[in-house]
Amino acid sequence: MAVTADKGRCLRCGGCVGVCPVAALRLTEHGIECSSKCTGCSACVQFCPVGALRLSGGKD
Amino acid sequence: MIEIPKEVDVLVVGMGPGGSGAAKRCAELGLKVLGVEKRAEIGAPKRCGEAISRHGMLDRIGIKPEGQWIMQEVCGAIVYAPNGKSVRVDYKGPEGWIVERKLFDKHLAALAANAGARVLAKVEAKNFRRNDGKVTAELEYEGGRHEVTAKIVIAADGVESMVARELGVNTSNKLVDICVGAQFEMAGVKGLTNLIEFYFGNDASPGGYVWVFSKGNGTANVGIGVRKPWAKKTALEYLEDWVRSQPRFRDASILEVNAGGVPVGGFLESNVADNLMVVGDAAHHVNPIHGGGIPEAYMAGKIAAEVAAEAVKKGDFSKKFLKKYDERWNRERGGSLKKILKLREVMESMSDDDLNWLVEYLKGDDLVELSRGNSGFARLAKILMKKPKLMKLARKLV
Ligand SMILES: Cc1cc2nc3c(=O)[nH]c(=O)nc-3n(C[C@H](O)[C@H](O)[C@H](O)COP(=O)(O)OP(=O)(O)OC[C@H]3O[C@@H](n4cnc5c(N)ncnc54)[C@H](O)[C@@H]3O)c2cc1C
Repeated sequence: MAVTADKGRCLRCGGCVGVCPVAALRLTEHGIECSSKCTGCSACVQFCPVGALRLSGGKD
Repeated sequence: MIEIPKEVDVLVVGMGPGGSGAAKRCAELGLKVLGVEKRAEIGAPKRCGEAISRHGMLDRIGIKPEGQWIMQEVCGAIVYAPNGKSVRVDYKGPEGWIVERKLFDKHLAALAANAGARVLAKVEAKNFRRNDGKVTAELEYEGGRHEVTAKIVIAADGVESMVARELGVNTSNKLVDICVGAQFEMAGVKGLTNLIEFYFGNDASPGGYVWVFSKGNGTANVGIGVRKPWAKKTALEYLEDWVRSQPRFRDASILEVNAGGVPVGGFLESNVADNLMVVGDAAHHVNPIHGGGIPEAYMAGKIAAEVAAEAVKKGDFSKKFLKKYDERWNRERGGSLKKILKLREVMESMSDDDLNWLVEYLKGDDLVELSRGNSGFARLAKILMKKPKLMKLARKLV
């Protein structure tokens, strides 16, 4: 699983990084990056204040 | 790129209020301290309503409210129940200020630099590892990277809080303990005064509230905090709906769109590990009832710096020694924040009808005392006891 951010919407607040239980996300100057640690729990998607995150893909 | 030190006593990661509080105090106590901030500009973009109480400014941060970063004096508050009834507090003089965070955070960082700390923006610290009783981290900057070794790391990296997790303290937030915030900085807003405005209601802002903080000249931070599992839309959608419902914003403009998460509770057992102290938002050091975290972060930073100075003197950077920071925080501040957390839990269990009923009994001063965690808990409990349905909640408070 992985999370992708809509770059047009994301305000780079970093809150999603703070709710990720497995530290899979990082806030970089380009936006949110998701590593293979993602379990697809969707906490970040539920958190996002502007609805910029989507879960995608199956297990990789 | 200018030269970056390779060996320091303390590496402060993140130069928000927590990092600046820590870096300044470290420098004052004679430590060699480097503070790095990954953003290109300290304090921007803001994730904040920009309100600071008198007590927070003067006692916790310890600076005079003078300078270009003061936008508006706050001389009271008005709190609206879901049905529009309100409770109002008026003070004789300023009891707080709305600041411009871009300028304020930079001012705090400059104070740290003037005290002798080295502060560098656009430098990110990553890949922390323990090495021979110290910590080595990679510093990444425009066009290069190198390693820095520190006896102690003060993690002031805000809500992201990756540093603590790399060094063994799990600071991730449960969804229910993080308030989801969205805000417009607006211009051309009608009816602004020197009172800060709060609006409660489970439909408009489930698990949180709406705020309107005047910044002077018809400008204001108009923001909302909502929480899962109650919130059904995004925070931004709730904010847009609320603003649309209020005629006074009909012709207003939007100068900034801000968002962010506020860790409103979920306090951690410990915020230290070998070579590590965690401060501010990263450590969930926020007032759980109103979400204010600027003075909390600054104060935690100062305490961590003082413990760091003792540790450096003793040559002991172990978790066991750094526990002093946990102890001091709990004694000086954590205890009252935990009390306030109970109030948050009571508030979020109340329906709109309960809230409408409650405002009839509350006075402005009660609200102030409650939000500060000082007193008023017994009085609130007594009021709640009047309604059989709320008795269980009342017992939480005493
Ligand atoms: C919508 C909203 C409204 C708020 N309103 C108020 C209010 O009115 N009053 C109030 O007191 N508080 C308010 N708060 C809370 C307040 O903004 C925070 O509590 C405060 O900023 C915490 O300070 P800090 O220093 O811990 O973290 P921050 O101010 O978040 O600073 C952390 C810094 O660390 C940097 N960083 C992160 N990782 C790294 C790294 N690896 N390397 C280098 N740098 C790094 C970040 O870029 C950031 O600049 C609000 C919060 C939100 C979201």
